[in-house]
Amino acid sequence: MKHLHLLFANLKRKKIRTTLTIGSFAVALFLYGLLVAIHGAFYQGVELAGADRLVVINRVSLIQPLPISYRDRLLQLDGVEAVTHANWFGGVYQDEKNFFPQFAVDKDTYRQMFPEYAITDEGWNAFLADREGCVAGAALAERFGWEVGDRIPIRGTIFPGTWEFNLRAIFTGTRPQDDTSQFWFRYDYLEERGPEWVKGLAGWYTVRVADPDRAAEIAKAVDRGFANSAWETKTEPEKAFAASFAKQMGNIEFLIMTIGTVVFFTLLLVTGNTMAIAVRERTGELAVLKTLGYPDLSILTLVLAESALIAVQGGVLGVLAAKAISPGLAKALPGFSFYLPPADLVRGVGLALAVGLVAGLLPALSAMRLRVVDALRRV
Amino acid sequence: MVRVDGNGNGTSLIRVRNLDKKYQRGSEEIHVLQGLNLDVEQGDFVAFMGPSGSGKTTLLNLLGGLDVPTSGSITVAGDEVTAMSAKKLTGWRARHVGFIFQMYNLIPVLTAFGNVELPLLLTRLSKAQRRKHVETVLDLVGLADRMHHYPRQLSGGQEQRVAIARAIVTDPTFLLADEPTGDLDRRSADEIMELIGRLVHEHGKTVLMVTHDPRAADRAHAVLHLDKGVLVESAGEAPRR
Repeated sequence: MKHLHLLFANLKRKKIRTTLTIGSFAVALFLYGLLVAIHGAFYQGVELAGADRLVVINRVSLIQPLPISYRDRLLQLDGVEAVTHANWFGGVYQDEKNFFPQFAVDKDTYRQMFPEYAITDEGWNAFLADREGCVAGAALAERFGWEVGDRIPIRGTIFPGTWEFNLRAIFTGTRPQDDTSQFWFRYDYLEERGPEWVKGLAGWYTVRVADPDRAAEIAKAVDRGFANSAWETKTEPEKAFAASFAKQMGNIEFLIMTIGTVVFFTLLLVTGNTMAIAVRERTGELAVLKTLGYPDLSILTLVLAESALIAVQGGVLGVLAAKAISPGLAKALPGFSFYLPPADLVRGVGLALAVGLVAGLLPALSAMRLRVVDALRRV
Repeated sequence: MVRVDGNGNGTSLIRVRNLDKKYQRGSEEIHVLQGLNLDVEQGDFVAFMGPSGSGKTTLLNLLGGLDVPTSGSITVAGDEVTAMSAKKLTGWRARHVGFIFQMYNLIPVLTAFGNVELPLLLTRLSKAQRRKHVETVLDLVGLADRMHHYPRQLSGGQEQRVAIARAIVTDPTFLLADEPTGDLDRRSADEIMELIGRLVHEHGKTVLMVTHDPRAADRAHAVLHLDKGVLVESAGEAPRR
């Protein structure tokens, strides 16, 4: 701590170089923040999935339905606590580009299955009382400026015609990452107005098990129960389902890792070079410090601390910039929830610190091993 | 009294015996110091003179624990410096040696105060104690009103005075000065030598100085010439003033 003034004084020595190096870290950590937010947007379902929930879909594919009669059979299975179902609607609001997920849900069971979505009893009761009622997530309502009581026309792409709904409630997420861009309406309304082929069919089921440790065993029991039927099932824990859903969009994780690795490796080279130049320029001064009795470890620490200080300053700037810009991203790419958790911000700064330390290590070691007599001769 | 015959009595502050230093330059072996003996007592002011390459700076580096001899021993205040490990030498240097360089070697990004405070950062002194020490020595070298100036804002003579303040701020056992006036004009050089003289005569400091300047050497109690790796005393030893 006694040497902080020396550290800061050294940073001010070459202001442009220090600023550019801090800038490199800031840009890299800004990119890191964006990548984390993008990763979160694609994989939020995986991270937020309930450990006690299973998803049951048609074995052929997600777009193939399952009979509504499966609900009662699922409920009879040992270890199953609750069952709900939903259908994909796939409509558009006003314009093709206004895409958001719309689900026809079982009004009696859906809310209880997903307690992470907060909704008032008053709002939910109004929804239950109105066959044409709907519920929208807070992000979705904000995106289109909807308020409770609004009449919302949705043009069906799978189910023909324009469907009009009454917005009865707006739900929020209990966690910052919860997806509140969804639109729910009643399955009985879909069955009533929809074509003949949709009647008696559910898109998929969500099952809550009493003991999450038995989830895999129950999933097998579900599939076994419907084996060799006309509607065979594929049952997975919600987390695995969300992961395979995300993977359909490409290996985002690999892409993010690759970009991140290249950026940080480049940063390592840039910072390492900067610190090497800084040490080389200061050979004489480091020799003087050693002459005055500064131990090797102090010299090593001084150089490493300088590198770390640059890295942390840049890192903090970068992640804060990413945090500031992520709400703007959500507006530019509706349907995705771009959220940067505080833990990832801290991890980012930690990563910057690690890069700073690694980059400073070789120059610091060379400073530590400096022979005073040789170095003074060069002054 | 300074002696170079190896027969000094046991009261010497610095005792050098049979000091040898050889360098390897390519295939050539250079014998810089050859069986050198020296006894310096507390409060002595010794000037080393000699042609370039005669080994003056090498001797100073060895006395300051910056380099290790090929053979022989150096004992300072009863501690055998040549037997110390590199780590122990570093600590010893901080406590016992004050260095004054020809090119001042101040840290350009620190003020005069910051430069003088540097050796004290290795001690357990509080911030207030450090401040008091620094202010005292800067006052002693006549730079109390320049303590917040950076080296670039000081003249060469002032920079050297800051360097002297840095060398004495920990009250070391002895001072090593490597051509302290070598980069200064005559007037500044005289001022610096006046200051070093005051440190010796008024504050009882022991100073060993390398110089090419006969006027600077004149102020020393003893002028020793290094010739072919051996120390030779000048004809007359100057009186202690």
